[in-house]
Amino acid sequence: MTTLTDPPKEHFRLSMLLYDTRYRSATIQVIALIGFMLLAAWIISNTIQNLETLGRTVGFGFFSEPSSYDINQRLLEYDSRDTHLRAAFIGLLNTLVVAVLGCITATIIGVMVGVLRLSNNWLIARIMTVYVEMFRNVPVLLWIVFAMAILIESLPAPRAFRGENPEATMDLFGTVAVTNRGVYIPEFLFSRGLGDIHLFGTSSLRFDVSLDLIAFLIVFGGSIFAMRKVSAWASATQEKTGDRPTIWYIQLGLLFVPSAILLGALGFHLGYPELKGFNFTGGTHLRNSLIALWLALSLYTAAFIAEIVRAGILAISKGQTEAASALGLRPGRTMRLVILPQALRVIIPPMISNYLNLTKNSSLAIAVGYMDITGTLGGITMNQTGRELECVLLLMLVYLTISLSISAVMNWYNNRVKLVER
Amino acid sequence: MSDVSFVRTEMLPEKAPPASEVGVLGWIRHNLFSSWLNAILTIISLIFIYYVLSNILAWTFESVWNANSLSECREIMMATWGDTHGHACWGVIKDRWLQLLYGFYPPYPVDPDATWSNPPEAGGWPAYFRPNLTFILLLVSIAPVLFTNVPRKLLFVTAAYPFLLPWLMWGGSIWGPLMVAAGFAIGYLAYKFVLPVAGSLTAMILAAALPILWWLFASGSVADAINSVIPIGIAPVESRDFGGFMLAILLGVVAIGVSLPIGIVLALGRQSDLMIVKYLCVGFIEFIRGVPLITLLFVASLLLNLFLPPGTNFDIILRVMIMMTLFSAAYMAEVIRGGLAALPRGQYEGADSLGLNYWQAQRLIIMPQALKISIPGIVSTFIGIFKDTTLVSIIGLFDVIGLTNGIRADTAWNGVYWELFAFIGVLFFVVCFSMSRYSMYLERKLQTGHR
Amino acid sequence: MKKSVLLGVATIAGLAAGVAAAGTADDVKARGKLNCGVATGVPGFASPDANGEWQGFDVAVCRAVAAAVLDDPSAVEFIPTTGKTRFTALASGEIDMLARNTTWTFSRDVDLKFEFVGINYYDGQGFMVPKALGVSSAKELDGATVCIQTGTTTELNLADFFRINNMSYEPVPIETNAEAQQQYLAGACDVYTTDASGLAATRATFENAGDHVILPEIISKEPLGPLVRHGDHEWGDVVRWTLNALIAAEELGVTSANIDEMAAGTDNPEVNRLLGSEGTLGEMLGLDATWAQRAIKVGGNYGEIFAKNIGEETPIGLARGLNAQWTDGGLMYAPPFR
Repeated sequence: MTTLTDPPKEHFRLSMLLYDTRYRSATIQVIALIGFMLLAAWIISNTIQNLETLGRTVGFGFFSEPSSYDINQRLLEYDSRDTHLRAAFIGLLNTLVVAVLGCITATIIGVMVGVLRLSNNWLIARIMTVYVEMFRNVPVLLWIVFAMAILIESLPAPRAFRGENPEATMDLFGTVAVTNRGVYIPEFLFSRGLGDIHLFGTSSLRFDVSLDLIAFLIVFGGSIFAMRKVSAWASATQEKTGDRPTIWYIQLGLLFVPSAILLGALGFHLGYPELKGFNFTGGTHLRNSLIALWLALSLYTAAFIAEIVRAGILAISKGQTEAASALGLRPGRTMRLVILPQALRVIIPPMISNYLNLTKNSSLAIAVGYMDITGTLGGITMNQTGRELECVLLLMLVYLTISLSISAVMNWYNNRVKLVER
Repeated sequence: MSDVSFVRTEMLPEKAPPASEVGVLGWIRHNLFSSWLNAILTIISLIFIYYVLSNILAWTFESVWNANSLSECREIMMATWGDTHGHACWGVIKDRWLQLLYGFYPPYPVDPDATWSNPPEAGGWPAYFRPNLTFILLLVSIAPVLFTNVPRKLLFVTAAYPFLLPWLMWGGSIWGPLMVAAGFAIGYLAYKFVLPVAGSLTAMILAAALPILWWLFASGSVADAINSVIPIGIAPVESRDFGGFMLAILLGVVAIGVSLPIGIVLALGRQSDLMIVKYLCVGFIEFIRGVPLITLLFVASLLLNLFLPPGTNFDIILRVMIMMTLFSAAYMAEVIRGGLAALPRGQYEGADSLGLNYWQAQRLIIMPQALKISIPGIVSTFIGIFKDTTLVSIIGLFDVIGLTNGIRADTAWNGVYWELFAFIGVLFFVVCFSMSRYSMYLERKLQTGHR
Repeated sequence: MKKSVLLGVATIAGLAAGVAAAGTADDVKARGKLNCGVATGVPGFASPDANGEWQGFDVAVCRAVAAAVLDDPSAVEFIPTTGKTRFTALASGEIDMLARNTTWTFSRDVDLKFEFVGINYYDGQGFMVPKALGVSSAKELDGATVCIQTGTTTELNLADFFRINNMSYEPVPIETNAEAQQQYLAGACDVYTTDASGLAATRATFENAGDHVILPEIISKEPLGPLVRHGDHEWGDVVRWTLNALIAAEELGVTSANIDEMAAGTDNPEVNRLLGSEGTLGEMLGLDATWAQRAIKVGGNYGEIFAKNIGEETPIGLARGLNAQWTDGGLMYAPPFR
């Protein structure tokens, strides 16, 4: 902006709104605001008029109607007599599940691939390049569909496990069943469990919290806390006497013994999946749709993350590595103490947008029939009730909230690791 | 005993390095088997590559091309190899590749009844002349932007392209696009003639207002009037006939092309000191970036008609184009903001010190540089948008993926799966990969060109 | 800036599109094209062929209406719609009629404000299972994994059926028939459920169709038919009576082969009224006298359309069943042309 010379003292004239830089910005802003409000008003009035012509009303009353459809993959109990709101809630949790799982695996795969692309093994580096280019340059929708098709076509159906000489057998000593309907893994059961706390009574948002889990977390947290105390004591002793007491067996004992005692007291055992009737029963069932979506989203996003990680590592000048070895640091510590902290600064901001993209791409779940929020609220509920306006707007609001929360959290983290410059 | 010690007086000739260090062997040793870990990794990778390639290649090449239905394919497979699995049935691609590329776009728009296999008797343009020409012109028009060693005169094609594209694709009278173009000329003339008379501000307002008035109220009727006197036009094609891979390209190009100016305005707005303008821009950008594209497409297919005046009704492809444009504008704004942020502060200060006002500084100093830096980002946004166009299949448009549903609903091809998706995957890969290579080349070039 | 452009575009488009408040029949005539919503692909009912020509049972209804109103069976724009977009497309006026095997239900008729003008196919939801499963009744499906197509009434019927019979099941929701078929064949679900017509059509294209059986239970009523917007009765009448003309033509023995001969006049006054050689039925509809002739000529009468698209001679291979004429023990019963 150009700076002003000494403003002349004169009376306010209307033309000054346009010609005087002091007022012009205000004029432009007021015009912009009015324009925006007019646009908003125009859209709202159109909508009202259109809805009237169609004889529709806007309202969220349909949320308390029974949904009448079933959802297979769910974290909380739900059946077809529950409300549409409950269905949307179940869907929201499913979205969060796949987003969180996807972000974790995408990061792991992405970092591995990014490092391997710089490997001095020519073949490995080329394979990783091919992987990255293949995934980055084909639409994620195709990958999701592919992943689902590969799972369905290549894994055995449950009926292959049946009979005297089954074509397929369960893995890991008969505890895990990998089928084309999903993976059945053992579930945690407590024969003398403490029961659940029921939150939110019978409302649509009700959910149960397992007291066993809480007890376990408390004990385990206590163990960790005690371990740190012991470690601090060992360090203090070392400072004082020069000898570090041997503590690893104490640490190990602290880590496992209290939890083991608690689990024993609660009667902990694993529930194994078993082939009964049409399907495996017992155990935890990870549906194919979840696995396919999870796999495709992680592999797709990991290809982008790999590039970011590679660029981040390459961005650190060679002098840093040399300086670190001059100080006598070994390669592992060089990576951990010198390279990564600096690379992280370059890596984190684009990483945030990739996590956001993964979360948003999880809305493609409908392609494989995973019942996320788009599949419930924006899918079957919208279809059955015909409330497009309410459902779509609410859907956008939900995603907006998720996105803004993720970027808020990640930005906070970014600000923490960011080097303070000058 | 003689006291003779051996002293070499001349250098030994250099020996050839050991065979294990040079040539193919040396290369293999260094790059594949430099350590035990690497050796194991290499062997695992080789086994993996063999496994993947042996399956895929057998499927791809031991395949059936000449079949008119899946059951025919299976019969041929049974007769040739004795089983029906592990062989591709490319007959479906042979039968439907034109549809996958062009959707339902008529091959000969002048003769609506003619088809690819049944061309009009004589004369006329080659099949799919219009989309093909549009695509070639697209390449010609972006060449001067993307490559420096292309004749600058081609920029005229670039300037004309925004009017050529709709005319060639949708057809109809040429006067419509010409009258829209005339709007810009009116704006320019208004600015030029009013400037000396009434000052720059009035000139700018007029330059903005006159074209808008012209487009809103006059251009349509003038175009009709001229057309009734001098009818020049080509057969119109409805946008709902657009489909296939062509639709993906068209949606991508339109979204990126239209969103570029919007993105610039939004990016400037976001950088601006004007608080309300800034918050409006930030709100818009963050809103669009915070929701998945699929919800915006739901808006296009379900709600946009509700938001517009009663009776307004334009078809789904236009509505999708609008939403895709808004979507890409938000991303474009961020890319350009990155370009603006990458400019050294001195450029702004230099512009100020020359006494340029805000718009002059933007036009002459800031934007040319910022846009140049942003081109790689714009290309990758384009790749993203282009891949995202596949989502329109979810709202029922017949892009390539949508067409697979239609094709598989034909009883002849019911049950075909991998062939179609492999074809689509390869199409997308070829286009996106070449664009991303270009963007990388450009990045390397710009690294030396800047600062 | 951006907003004004959008506004401008919207306004231009608004002006260009004009006001659709006049009767739909007049709109269609003025436009010279019928906009007909169809499915994105259902074997036998609607699918585009290699030339982009739409084929199928629902498509034939659209063509008949176009022939009756516009005298040109090819003056139809087929607009593919999904389960989600179909009602909005109709309500917003993007399409003039929807012929997308849509079930006539109370809430669609009353709450969503549509008018079902008739039924062109009586369907019902059924189950298909592999023979190897050894299941002979849907009541034995407790605990089964069931593939369903989303966006239809199917999932609601299914939930109700299993609930009423106190059985548990595992739904696998799938977007398209093609994907459902793939999952079912790979054994990712034990049962595939959709409308019985769809089951038969899907089964017909299997490599080993004999390995799969369709269970005898039909768990729902699925009257499928074309629909139009509420309130525009003239247009509703046109579509309704075009459909009825096709059905009545079969009952009266009018076929595409003998229609020219019969149009000249017959001894049967109802045939004469239908084909316009007697009475003013066409005029009452706002059409000309030969409207029904043209509609029937396109693909023949209801029976011929059925036989050509989904009948036993086609790969789909559906029997007439409930869709036979009432005189043959079916439910097809056109009101008299009088």
